[in-house]
This record gives sequence, C-alpha cells and structure tokens, in this order.
Amino acid sequence: MPEEKVTLDVFRYRPDDGAEPVFERFEAPYDEHWVVLDALNWVKDNVDGSLSFRWSCRMGVCGSCGMMVNGEAMLTCAAFLRDYLGAPIRIEPLANFPVERDLIVSLDGFMDKLKSVEPWIIRKDETPPKREYLQTPAEHARYKQFSMCINCMLCYAACPEIAGEPHFLGPAAIALAHRYNLDTRDQGADRRLAVLGSDEGLWDCTFVGECSKVCPKHVDPAAAIQQAKVETTKDWYKQFLLPRAKA
Amino acid sequence: MRKPLNRPFPKDWFLRTPGYRLFMLREVTSIFIACYLIFVLVWLRRLGQGPEAFEALQASLRSPPAVLLHLLALAGAAWHSITWFNATPKIMNVRKGEEPLPDSLVAIATGYAPWAVVSVIILWGVLA
Repeated sequence: MPEEKVTLDVFRYRPDDGAEPVFERFEAPYDEHWVVLDALNWVKDNVDGSLSFRWSCRMGVCGSCGMMVNGEAMLTCAAFLRDYLGAPIRIEPLANFPVERDLIVSLDGFMDKLKSVEPWIIRKDETPPKREYLQTPAEHARYKQFSMCINCMLCYAACPEIAGEPHFLGPAAIALAHRYNLDTRDQGADRRLAVLGSDEGLWDCTFVGECSKVCPKHVDPAAAIQQAKVETTKDWYKQFLLPRAKA
Repeated sequence: MRKPLNRPFPKDWFLRTPGYRLFMLREVTSIFIACYLIFVLVWLRRLGQGPEAFEALQASLRSPPAVLLHLLALAGAAWHSITWFNATPKIMNVRKGEEPLPDSLVAIATGYAPWAVVSVIILWGVLA
C-alpha cells in the first residue's frame, strides 16, 4: 500500500515566548516527487503559519534551505521524502550555528569569515585594464571546482572542528580563498595566505572530510583546505628563507 | 527580538556517522605507530646493553601475547598508512592539461608503489 502521509518531527525555537526549544510533530501528505522542503511548506500553509525556515529557489542553486535531516546536513530541496519512508523525519536547524528561530540559523559569523578571506579578484593596480584578462581553459580548470560553492553552509554543519573551535574559518571560506589564490587573474594570494595561516585559519582542520561528503555542489572543500595548507607552508618557508623577497 | 540559541554539539559526535567513525579509526590507529616507535627505541637500548639483554627481549617477543600485539600493530599501521595514501590525491591535485590525473594513479605512484618497493627490500634483507 502506498504511503499517504509522512511524519515530521520539527525543531521549534521561538525566542519571544521564552520557552525551551522542543520538537513538534506534524503530518503532511506524501508524494513521491516531494522533497522535505515541500512538506515543510505544506505544514506552513495548512497547519502552522508560524513555522519559520529559509528557502528560495527550490532547485539546489540558492543554498538557502540547508537543514539537518535525520542528523545529516542536507539541502531540503534535494531531500526526497521517498528516501525517508517508514519513520518520522527529524528536521533541525543546521548544526554549529546559533539558532534565530525554528529552523533559521544566524549567518553573521559565517559572513564575517567569508569576508575575511576577500573572496574576489584582487589586483595590485586597481585601474581598470584596457581589455579583459585572458585565461586558458587549463588555468580555468584549476579552480573551477572550488568556484561552484553556493554558500549553503552544510559543510560548517558537518564539521566537528567548527563545533570545538567556533572561530575556525571553516570549509567554505577556505575553499573560496583557495579558489581565488588559484586564479591567474588574481594577485591577492599573499593577503589571503596571511589569514589562512593565522590561529583561526586552516590549521584547525584535521581532515575529517565530512564537509566534502555533504557538499551538494561537489566542491570538495576538504581537498581545498589540504591544498591550501601546502601553499601556506610553502609561503612560510619562502618568507623564512627569503625574508626580504617581495611576495 | 533576537535571542540566538547555541545548541551543544554532542560529546559522542565521533560515533554518530560512518564518516566520523572512519576518521576516528584513522586517528586512533596512529597510536599503534607511536607505540611501535617506542618499542623500537627499547629494542635498540637492549641491543646496546649486550647480547644477553637482547636475546632475553627476543625470546619474550616469541610469546603469543607479543605476537598478537605485533599483528595488531601491523593492522593498525597498515590501515593508517592506507587512509593517507588514499587521501594523497586530494592534497596533491596533479593535473595534465585541464584534467586531473586519476586518484588511483596518484595514490599508487606516491604511496602504494614506494611502500611495495620498501617492503620487498626489507623482506629481502630479512630473508637473505
């Protein structure tokens, strides 16, 4: 007999009523083409309009709807109900982030980390060039994978180091720093390597590798972090051996 | 009104997903390597203390518990090494033109092949 309903155990936190966070059980219709986000939207439209969560594109591009689904960091627009049949689905806000309300987490810390690595092209001479910067397909291929990040923050929710060291820059910020360091048009690697090599930089990473497993865009931030460790080390030796050399 | 809630990270996090468990297994097996290095230092010290001390140690190594411990240390060290051999392609990112070299090729060239060569040399030294 086909499933007709799914049960959702949803984390609720409403700071204005002063109550402790609880899990609230909802039932939603089952459709084999529905994802967890569809079920949440059904609950919001039909049962409890106060249920709060972020979403936008519904197709794995905007990176807004990340939550913990049965303990795993997922984009809820990519978590099909048909993969969770037989038991209630436990839905929680992304781990390792302060919760603002229900399934919404605070982005402040992440945005500060992202900004600190200056994830944009830095030129030493800021005057606009007379023509575009040329780049070969091989040069583009070096960083393309790391440029696919949609800032969904699933990698932060999967990273046990972030839990222990909240100031750790974290997977996405380091992957984006590495992406620009690999870009032949960029000249800001020395600035970013200083941030990456700092106490809050990439040496907190112990290469657990879960960030890469949960990444919906196959960015492989764990690889980016390890490669950036090599670059940071090379930079340190360069400064140690040639202290007067210009970067 | 903002009142962000900080949720505790579970203390048993390393048991919660297969990935976390494999990570901990990789990290814990490094203890075998550290212990074996201490054992090698003891072995060298006995060697320096003369033939009698060295022979006494060698004899104790033939006991079943010592053999079992060595087999455990070998398994732990092998697992630890294999996990890092398999991780090497991610770290090195070797490319030919636009395409990265296959992970298996990089792992064999940087880890498994040198391991096999060194093992054959040691085995040859032991058997010769």
